[in-house]
Amino acid sequence: MELFIEFEGRKLVLRLVGELDEHSAEFVKRRLDAAISENNFDAVILELSRLTFMDSTGIGVIIGRYKLARKLNKSVYVRNPSQTVDKIFRMSGLYEIITKI
Amino acid sequence: MSVINSMKLNIEAKSQNESFARSVIASFFVQINPTLEQIEDLKTAVSEAVTNCIVHAYGGSQSGAIDISCDLSENNIEIRITDYGKGIEDIGKAMQPFFTTGTEGERSGMGFTVMQAFCDKVNVTSQNGQTTVTLTKNI
Repeated sequence: MELFIEFEGRKLVLRLVGELDEHSAEFVKRRLDAAISENNFDAVILELSRLTFMDSTGIGVIIGRYKLARKLNKSVYVRNPSQTVDKIFRMSGLYEIITKI
Repeated sequence: MSVINSMKLNIEAKSQNESFARSVIASFFVQINPTLEQIEDLKTAVSEAVTNCIVHAYGGSQSGAIDISCDLSENNIEIRITDYGKGIEDIGKAMQPFFTTGTEGERSGMGFTVMQAFCDKVNVTSQNGQTTVTLTKNI
């Protein structure tokens, strides 16, 4: 699992590359929390075009980061999920709190 | 439906074995020509079942045996994932969306819900120190 932190104007883009499961969850949580807490931005975009796998452990990871961003009054968006990741987002109801752009 | 091929896999309950387990099962499943979406569905469901063994049955200790056996028929795959950990007290409750006994971390409680959404049949038995999740995926 790799994470890339980028900026698009005032938006913090968190690019997840690889597989998000129980094995990578702790690393992803730590890195994303640091990126969200330590940077100055208006909104977070989770860029998922290269996230090749995600299971329900990933749902927990995403919800946790969403809560942190909301606590800081930042909006959270998701972009370019693969068909399989999109399916997880849809069936878990994640799209009810995180808008796909 | 007659079984045309079968395999068994024994892994330790380590989280790094999750991707190994789902990849092996996906490779085996390919023999009956599933669609890409069916393969991805199965990988996700297998990952959920193996995560349950690691996180819940063996409490994240990173040790304990997980036995996986697969039967391929012409039109489906049946996978049995067995652990010898602490067992599931109330299977009905465990299968409810958002239910989790995990007190640490940020568990979504969606494991069985994902398995049910991504497979055609999910069966769970838990008794005498042995828990088996049986997943069936049709093509």
